[in-house]
This record gives sequence, structure tokens and C-alpha cells, in this order.
Amino acid sequence: MTGGPNQNGETPGAGSDPLIDSNGAALGLVVDGSLSQGVEVRLDPSASVEDVKVGAFVTIRGDNNNFFGVVTDVSLGTTDPRLKHTPPPVDNPFIAQVMSGAVAYGTISVLPNLIMPAVIGDDQQGPSAAKTIPPHFSRAYVASQRDVEAVFGKEDQRHFWIGSPLDMEHKLCIDLEEMVKRSIGVFGKSGTGKTFLTRLLLVGILQQGQASTLIFDMHSEYGWGAADPENHRFAKGLKQLFPAQVSTFTLDEDSSRRRQSPFDEVVRIGYGEIEPEDIEMLRETLNLSEVAASAAFNLQQKFGQRHWMSKFLALDGRDSIFEMANEIQVQPNALGALHNRLNRLKRFDFLVESANQDAANRVVEHLDQGRHVVLEFGKYGRDLTAYMLVSNLLTRRIHNQYVDRKEEVEGGQGRDPRPLVIVIEEAHKFLSQSVASHTIFGTIARELRKYNVTLMVIDQRPSGIDSEVMSQVGTRLTCLLDNERDIEAVLEGTPGSRQLRTVLARLEPKQQALIFGHALPMPVVIHTREYGSTNSYEQLSRSAAGWTPPAPGDAMETQKERLDREISELFPEDG
Amino acid sequence: MTLDGSRPRRVGEVVEANSASFTAQCYNLYDAPPLGCIVRTGSPEVYGVVCRVATEPLDSSRPVLARGENAETEEEVFRDNPQLTRLLTSRFEALIAGHREQDTDRQYLPGLPPPVHSFVYTCDPVEVARFTTQLDLLRLLLNSGPPMADEVLSACLRGAAATHTDPGAFMLRAGKALAAELAGDLPRLNSILKKVSP
Repeated sequence: MTGGPNQNGETPGAGSDPLIDSNGAALGLVVDGSLSQGVEVRLDPSASVEDVKVGAFVTIRGDNNNFFGVVTDVSLGTTDPRLKHTPPPVDNPFIAQVMSGAVAYGTISVLPNLIMPAVIGDDQQGPSAAKTIPPHFSRAYVASQRDVEAVFGKEDQRHFWIGSPLDMEHKLCIDLEEMVKRSIGVFGKSGTGKTFLTRLLLVGILQQGQASTLIFDMHSEYGWGAADPENHRFAKGLKQLFPAQVSTFTLDEDSSRRRQSPFDEVVRIGYGEIEPEDIEMLRETLNLSEVAASAAFNLQQKFGQRHWMSKFLALDGRDSIFEMANEIQVQPNALGALHNRLNRLKRFDFLVESANQDAANRVVEHLDQGRHVVLEFGKYGRDLTAYMLVSNLLTRRIHNQYVDRKEEVEGGQGRDPRPLVIVIEEAHKFLSQSVASHTIFGTIARELRKYNVTLMVIDQRPSGIDSEVMSQVGTRLTCLLDNERDIEAVLEGTPGSRQLRTVLARLEPKQQALIFGHALPMPVVIHTREYGSTNSYEQLSRSAAGWTPPAPGDAMETQKERLDREISELFPEDG
Repeated sequence: MTLDGSRPRRVGEVVEANSASFTAQCYNLYDAPPLGCIVRTGSPEVYGVVCRVATEPLDSSRPVLARGENAETEEEVFRDNPQLTRLLTSRFEALIAGHREQDTDRQYLPGLPPPVHSFVYTCDPVEVARFTTQLDLLRLLLNSGPPMADEVLSACLRGAAATHTDPGAFMLRAGKALAAELAGDLPRLNSILKKVSP
């Protein structure tokens, strides 16, 4: 009777100091659990159940290992099931004090994710995935700053400060190098802070300098910034924070001028650049039948890639279309529908008969110079057809260039192209089950980093994304989601998804996100770092202490260099 | 001092003993220690908690008769019948709560009960506080079996709390220890807690 936690009862209850260990405040004892479900910790009478929150970090001291885990559930327990039917006379403070923690107590479920290194700070031996659980009666503590740092790393060139764990001041960092190796997903309901989170990630990638980004900026909010109605201010964009490293392209120069957003290039796309694959992808938004969409391939065959579209659109009148249908052997009505829908594309001012320069090449040139490219859509951002057409078209061409270069590298020539992260919004439109197999984005998502190109998908309906693509998203950052199917889609294939579901559903609607995947050793709920105040801009535009970003143009081959190299390879001087 | 404020003193002598309890006869009529009081006897010391106090005729075959029909006061009854104090005796029974072994308190039963005719003493507060630092005696008392075990236990705790420097903290600790013992019997726990509640 004298043993156990009750012995601490000499000075428990409100107002007493919790037992402070070098590890943090003591929480309680492990009393039950399993590796798959997590362990149950019975709280000490001195630890209030109200102070422990879902998503908080906990360390558990086993016999031989220290475990690091996250609280996935908080519950109340009693030693006697009759307690809830006949509650004790708690109006007597003495009885209430005796009962709490002894007969009625709090428990928390902790998912032990990691085994901590024996010596904290030992760089050689980082935390490893937990393949066992702490034994009965191991003591659990609130994780200290030191533990969190040992697990998530310190802010440096590789680690970017993204926010802080719940109820902690500590800077929580994600491993950017690991993050850009695979596709990234940013999910959340509308208005939960996806854009701010994405801006932060982009700043991180910019600071780190290992990869370039190409942002298809649907709502023109990443390049030059946009209004932040919540805080009644204007959130700066990347171009304002890193003018030397960011190039802005625009489809709608009038909109850019009105917003006083300086742009480097205006994008014009010739009809000759549109391929039948692009039309196939737009099938849903243009409301085309499968037969009608595939007629574009026949037209391409007939007129050739450069001219099929302009010649087809030049056809006038029903008869000439039907004639053409007979000629290329497609269903006349289908061809009529295709003609009708493609005519709608004429209203896009950025589509021209023939463009002076190849937009994709210009983008690649900027990327080669180590710059990051933001493509502003202006008024076309409101038109999903324009957004999908342009992003798909440019991405396919850029991707092809990367594939060529990567193959050359495999053949022992040239240098690796600089890794590229392509940012797309409304991703479920590109990556839905019906179109993911056709679009270049589906290909990029699946082939991973083989060609140094990865995706950052931003979406509010992750359930609409093809599950095969979803399974390839390496790091997922999700703000609040409340649709069951969306939650399921985001957590699919993640260990401990049952527990994470509770955490995800309890996120605050603002400035909180659940992050898990390759860039982090374990799932974590963060309070997103501030973005928008003068102070935050200062911190963000200043590189993390102790390192400088690589100068643009370093360690990569520009197109001109590549041309020179190829010429010198073809015509050796001594030859 | 004892719990009632007097010095530790010899209150009686063991007249009957078994492994779990002993009975002592008081030297003076009505001089038994109160219910729940911790008493000491024998050498090495055996500690007991008073669980029953009785005043009865010395000769059980001669029942006590009412004698005060014509007396004005109760004192008058004794004055008119001076033999009464010699025919009556006070006895008390104590549950053995532990013993001392090599200068250490052991809150479990001694190998042998105290010998008959051992003197029984009340304990001073320091001794009570020392002996009740451990609370294993709660389990002995809860399981001792007499019908009034809960009364004895709560009386003992109330008395012992007064000897500790922080009675509230002691009582809370004891309460939690009781809660652990009686986790499956909440009505009993509630009733004891109400009795010891400050």
C-alpha cells in the first residue's frame, strides 16, 4: 500500500508543483498498450488531465530505451464502474481530492513513434523508429525542448523552421532536403491557411537553394502577395521577399500592372504548342465525350503537331467540319463538338496563332539560372480550363527537357539538372482517378524523383486525388479537414492513421497543421510560423544563421552552357 | 502525551491474547483508552489499536442489577454501594496493528502475541506519528473482521492525524491509500472518508 504513485500524495492536488524531472514534468505510468494501438499512461494525481492535449509530445523512460511519442487520445478512467452511477459526494473537498487520481483518474494514449538515441545530441545516432514499446510502469514525461530538438533537428541549411509544436515555444523544423526529393501535399479546407503554409514551404525551399520551384499561381498570391483579410493587411509574396531569386511570368499583364506586380516575362502560347493530350485532359472541364477528345489525335495525324489546331479552328461551317470528319474517319457530331469547344479557347488572349518564343524554354532558362518562377494567371485564374491547359502544357514540355537531360547524365554527359518542384493548385482536377493516367502530373507523381522533378499539390478535396498518386506523396501537410472521405484520403497508407484521425479532426481552423511523411521522423501537429508581420518578413528573408544560400547559377548547367558543351562534344577542337 | 492530552501511562494488563488481538483489563474502572487509540505492550513492543471497550461484572455469573431507584444522583449510587467499583471492571480489546523489530516498525502481525500480564501503555504523539508513517496497518484494520472495523479505522486515523505536523496532508495520504484498498467498494470508502473528513 505504501508503494506506487499514491505515495506522492503527501502534497498533491491543485497548486502543488509537478515533479520536475530533467526530462520535463512527470505525467504518469505506462499501464497498458500495444505497438499497433499505442500505450496507455495512467496520469499521476499531480498531473491534471486538462493540461495534456492531443498532439503533445511525450517521452517514456523504458528500462533500456527512451521512447518519444505523441498523445493521441485523452480519457477518464475509474477503478469501479459503479462510480458513474453513484458519484461520490464531491462537494466535500477532501473526498474530491482523495478520489481524483486514486479512484477516478485520467489516462492518455501515447503512440511511441521513436526510440531516442542513448546520448541526446549524438549526431551519429539519430532517433530510430520504435519497433517495440516501453514495459509496464515505465514513467512518462512531457517532452523537453532538448528532446524535441534531438528528434526534429535544429534550424540550419537543411532544416527549415516551419512552426512550433502545440503548447511549446520550440522551433520545429522540417528536413527540406528530404522533403523535395518526393512529392509534397498541402491539404485543408478553404480558409484554413493552406496558402500561408505553402508560402512558408516555398520560402524554405528558396532559402535552402537545393531546388528550384515553378509555381502555377492560380490566384496570383505567391509572386507579389495578396490581401490577408483575416489580419487586414497585405501578405507579401516571394518576389517581394527574394527579388533576386524569383522571376514572375504572367498570362495577364493587365492584371499584373493593375496590381503593380512587376513581371519579367509575358507568356504567350501558340496553337502549335497544344497537343491532343492537353485536350484529353480538359475533357471534363470542356464537357467533351471520349470520342470527341480523341478526334484531336486524328487531326494531329492529319495536319501535324504545329498546325492541327489552327487549321482545325480555321474550318468554318458545319459542312466543312463534317467533310473533315469523313476524311479523318471520326464521328461527325463528335468532331463538331470538339470544334465548338476548342473555339471557346479563342477567348484566351494568351493563346495566339504563333508565339514569338517558346514559353516553356523561357521558364527553363530562368530555372537554369537558379531562379524560381511564379506564373501568375491574373483573370485566367478564375477559369479552370485555362489553368489546367497552361500548367499541363508547360509542365509536359519542361518535364520532357528534364527527362532528356537526365538521360544524358546517365550516358555520362552533362550535369544533373537542378531539382524542380512544381506547385499546382486544385490538384484533384489534374490528379483525379479519371485523368491522372493521362496528365503529366500523374506521371511526375508516380515516377518520383527519377527525373529530378517533383510536385507540390495544394488541394482542398484530397479525396478527389487518385489513390495511386496519393500514395506517392512523400510529405503531407494538412490543415483542418472535416469531410470523412478527405480525412481518409490524406491518412491512407500512414502508420497509426486511426490515432492521427483523432488529431486531425481536432485541429484549430487557423494556423494549425498536421505534418507527416518523409520530411519528419514522426507525425506532428504544429502551430504554423507567423507570416505577415514586418518582423516575420525580416526573419524569413534572412537566411538561417550560419549559412548563405548558394549564388544563383551555381552547380547547375544553363542552357547556354549545355549548348556550348554539346557543340564542343560534336566538334572537338583538335578534330 | 496521549491522544486525550495525558502523559503516556500504564492503563492495564493483558489478560487474554491471540495472534490477531489482545484483551487488557484496566487497573481502574472506566480508565480504558478510547476507541481507535494506539497502545503498546510487551517487549519487544507490540502495537494495537483499541477496537472494543467494555465495562462488565468481574464475575460473569453475577449480572449487574439496577440500584439507583431511590438515589438522587448517579454518584449517590456508588456512594451507597461502595462494593460496586470492586465488582465491576473495564476491559478493552486491541487489534494487533504491528510490532517493533530491531528498531523498525513492522506493520504486520508478530510471530507471537504479547504474553498475558504484559503491561499495556498508551503511546505519546511522537511514537504515534512514527508508527503511522507507514499505512499498511489500514489493510490489517480493514480486514480485521470486527463489525465496527470501519469505525475503529476512522477513529484511529482521526487520532493519528493530530500527531502529524501536517494533519491535512496525512489524512489525504491515508485517504488515497484507502481509496486504493477499497477501489472496488465505493460505498464503504465513501462512508469512511466522510468519518475522517476534516
